Amino acid sequence: MKKTINCMGMACPLPVVNAKKAFEEFTETGTLIVQVDNETAVNNVSKLAARYGFAASSRQTGDKAYEIEIEVTPEKAQQQEQAAPGCGGGPLVVVLSSNVMGTGDDKLGKALMKSYIFALTNVDPVPDTILCYNGGAFLTTEGSDSLEDLQNLEAAGTKIITCGTCLNFYGLTDKVKVGTVGNMYDIADILSHAGRIVRP
Amino acid sequence: MGKLPEFKDDNLLVGFNTNDDAAVYKVTDEIAMIQTVDFFTPIVDDPYQFGQIAAANALSDIYAMGGEPKTALNIVGFPSCLDTSVLSDIMAGGASKVQEAGAVLAGGHSIQSDEPVYGLSVSGFVHPDRILRNTGARPGDVLILTKQLGSGIVSTAVKAEMASRASAEEAFGVMASLNQKAKRVLEKYPVHACTDVTGFGLAGHCYEMACASGVTIDLYMHGIAFIQDAPDYADMGLVPAGAYRNRQYSEKETDYGGVDERYIDLMYDPQSSGGLLFSVDESCAVDIMRDLRRAGLDTKVSIVGYAAAQGDSKIRFHA
Repeated sequence: MKKTINCMGMACPLPVVNAKKAFEEFTETGTLIVQVDNETAVNNVSKLAARYGFAASSRQTGDKAYEIEIEVTPEKAQQQEQAAPGCGGGPLVVVLSSNVMGTGDDKLGKALMKSYIFALTNVDPVPDTILCYNGGAFLTTEGSDSLEDLQNLEAAGTKIITCGTCLNFYGLTDKVKVGTVGNMYDIADILSHAGRIVRP
Repeated sequence: MGKLPEFKDDNLLVGFNTNDDAAVYKVTDEIAMIQTVDFFTPIVDDPYQFGQIAAANALSDIYAMGGEPKTALNIVGFPSCLDTSVLSDIMAGGASKVQEAGAVLAGGHSIQSDEPVYGLSVSGFVHPDRILRNTGARPGDVLILTKQLGSGIVSTAVKAEMASRASAEEAFGVMASLNQKAKRVLEKYPVHACTDVTGFGLAGHCYEMACASGVTIDLYMHGIAFIQDAPDYADMGLVPAGAYRNRQYSEKETDYGGVDERYIDLMYDPQSSGGLLFSVDESCAVDIMRDLRRAGLDTKVSIVGYAAAQGDSKIRFHA
């Protein structure tokens, strides 16, 4: 399937609105071309595509004329719809507030955490979001035993967010190896909108 | 502005050569008059709310200079095809904010225009020694912002009909809120520099402050309060054109520090009627934050960053 939409002469946010509608019309993998006449629209439509996990490229086709070519994969688009707030049971959020699992011996706790994160990669569906704060910040940063598993989870669609204040506190700010850094408002927002929160 | 003649008057304490928020003219040794004018086209659908936001925005320039507003005049452009009840609602919204500010609405002027335009010309007073300017930040200062960020991005999401009701309501609350309470707290402290965050976005106004003060400003994303869902909307490409223009303007002197794209968008998001941004010695920060909390602001206050000795970049972003 190949589709072109003409958004020439449209100011922000109309090209984004139209591209989003066009995504929803795809029932199979295909190419969507969005024609726009300003760079803001190029940037914004590309961001929307990235948000859906679609590959996109853009080129200038003339004076004040640009095309964004997007590979639309509907399976990914549906995941996005389900993840939207208010739909279904709400996102599954796993909170890792420490680098050990359970209380008792910390050596055991560390081993348990490592195998829990590994096990998560085999659970279907994977969590929508993993929040790492306080000691959890050690899990997403240099030296963690779980980096590979977390990277696999991220590749499978899990958003991994580490608390920025915690990274600062532990001196790990430059050492994040997986996911993104969030602030307390992100964390509060994600916890408030979660369908289920799992804290191992 | 470059082609206008330069005016000289010893009593003109703040003119337009310093990119400040309003003009200040010394009347006596105890009294200076602050004058400002601001208007825009509708940014929300509800006329009453639009009037409130436009008025809060115009009044804010007086607060940003450290003054109290006293008189206000309406500025109106209105198309003949629209029902005049819309105009009454806009002006009623504006009047409600002038009243809340303790100023008087004393008249105005209207013309016919293709699109509704509303704003105010406001005058206020300040002691000449207590004027707050956008210059004077010192290395080691803490930078505090008195409203959460993201009104431009959320307004764009509202236009796209993709905004949650909660985020739209929060954005309206932020834009319509007066900077009066915040200003009355910070005037009790030795504030080094102050401005209000509007069209240039937080990073743009910090850039002006950094240039005028000869410092570098470090902004820490994790400490900044955002309107709910705003980072999400930025991620979806609901970013106003102004944010990209703002970004271009100071890009060469800004170090993005590997910060997530959506936070970069939020740093440049043009704000309508944003909060007061001020720079103050670190030793006062805890007391000011406490007083701001006690003052019962209906917005979120955050420590957005710090001023440092001038480095290679004027602005540095940190996660």
